[in-house]
Amino acid sequence: MKKFSIEPFFRHGFLMLVVAFTLIPIFFTLATSLKLFRDIISGSLWFTPTLVNYQRLFDPAQSNFLRLTANSLVIAAGTMAIVLVIASLAAYSLSRFPWRPLWSGLLLGTILFIHMLPPVTFLGPFYLIARSLNIYDTVLAVMMGQIVLNLPTATWILLDFFADIPKELEEAAMVDGANRFQSLTQVLIPIIQPGIAAAGALAFIFSWRDFLFALTLTSTPRGMTIPVGIAGFVTEYSIRYGEMAAGAFFAMIPALLMVAFAQRYIIKGLTLGALKG
Amino acid sequence: MQSSLDSSLPPKPPSLVARFGNFVDRTFQYWTVAPLVIVLLLLVAYPTLQLLRMSVSEVDIVKGEVVWEVVGLKHLETALQDQLVPIALQNTLVFVVAVVVIETFLALVISILVSRSKHLDGLYRTVLLIPLLVPPIAIGTMWRLMYDYNYGFINQALKLIGIVAVPTWTANPQLAMPSVVLVDLWHWTSFMFLIILAGLESMPQEVNEAARVDGASEFQVLRFITLPLLRPTLITAIMLRTIFAFKVFDEIFLLTGGGPGTATEVISLYIYEVFSGQFRLGYASFLALGLSVIISVFVIFYRRLGRRAA
Repeated sequence: MKKFSIEPFFRHGFLMLVVAFTLIPIFFTLATSLKLFRDIISGSLWFTPTLVNYQRLFDPAQSNFLRLTANSLVIAAGTMAIVLVIASLAAYSLSRFPWRPLWSGLLLGTILFIHMLPPVTFLGPFYLIARSLNIYDTVLAVMMGQIVLNLPTATWILLDFFADIPKELEEAAMVDGANRFQSLTQVLIPIIQPGIAAAGALAFIFSWRDFLFALTLTSTPRGMTIPVGIAGFVTEYSIRYGEMAAGAFFAMIPALLMVAFAQRYIIKGLTLGALKG
Repeated sequence: MQSSLDSSLPPKPPSLVARFGNFVDRTFQYWTVAPLVIVLLLLVAYPTLQLLRMSVSEVDIVKGEVVWEVVGLKHLETALQDQLVPIALQNTLVFVVAVVVIETFLALVISILVSRSKHLDGLYRTVLLIPLLVPPIAIGTMWRLMYDYNYGFINQALKLIGIVAVPTWTANPQLAMPSVVLVDLWHWTSFMFLIILAGLESMPQEVNEAARVDGASEFQVLRFITLPLLRPTLITAIMLRTIFAFKVFDEIFLLTGGGPGTATEVISLYIYEVFSGQFRLGYASFLALGLSVIISVFVIFYRRLGRRAA
């Protein structure tokens, strides 16, 4: 017979505190973004929600946030597409052919090392490259940095997925007359779709999040992204709480969507280098 | 006559297209890895060489042209005399040690508790995933709102329970670093939680059961079975977190900008200031190179340690 225990009570109590600590800043930000300035100052819990902060943020006459959103979307989508192509081809090659350990080790070691280095290391060289290619202050410059930063995670996730596919499947396709390219695109890629979804989603969200590269490789709304816009806004007008909150909450939406719909797939990518696949 | 011998003739040489297809097929291994190699050469190897070159040069932009002047080890001398370098290194070290120690402890407790929960564990996992995906700039903004002296959540809550002399948090030289550390706990504890939880879940349960049958208390199971088995996972988690903690930039940039004074000036922030604020490209590159060397030493050390633990 199981004896009554108060342990679950304390356990869930503590974990609920952790949940509250995690969610309070998000709710507070959401609430602030929906408040008129006078409601922010009064600090009252009851207020009539308003979208005026979001309207101001996205009004082209008052702010360039719309342009920054477009830039962020282009950079995130472009990075995702390019990273997916490069990473899935490389992961395919490295996982399904007998590479000498020296070569595969060199490649995988390099991308793991990029993942470890502080991005600030790349600033100087990337700045000069962007200038010499005449792409400084464009989305292309930011994308160049994002591709490097996002290749490691994507390659690693896809390596895991490719490694799980039995060799026989590919051999069967080739006995049936398919060449390597056909067996890759028609047999293997469909199987690893969840991996592609996970790697793609992470690449999208990480380039959407990134701040440092966009900050140093752009100088005007031509190439700037949402995080740079928010940072500029926060440091310039530290008093416009409503719009600050609206910007921050808007920037979080892709993250919240991912947590809601794709969390199963992304944990592996987030803990790259820690979990053996 | 010819036609009757057709079957014994060698097969017709394959067409050019077929031969090309065949060639691609045999070398497919190299074609598929080529894009990655090209990107690594152009965007990693070449920039690394540039970084080395920049760190021994003065680099300036004059009328849109990049002007190089080799100065040898001048930047090393500058760095040794630069008073902000030791301050930034010390702040970084304090920050890294504080967040790694506290986050390890918190994540260990949380993951053990979640792994014992059959109910609500989905909720805990979901909520704890959020901080890892939110843009760090949004995190900084959120916490600026939380810490705001007049209208922030924290000070309003303090006033509600009767504390009138509320602190200024990020503007207070003594509280700035702890405030920044708290934000990092919000952001990164989940990372260690995910790793440790995965470690806990891959553990054989039979050992625990056997110990319990033998009369071991829950505490003894934890102390003598779970924690020792978790050791390799913990080492990996701590080392990865340490390496990543050196990257800290976005949140501090937004919360304090390194201040007040130099209270939260960490090394990434200082390198950025030298690069962007003072536009000393050569010196910034030298400092960045130094930071990479420190990280590399850590990575090598970590791999050794990881191999021994495994």
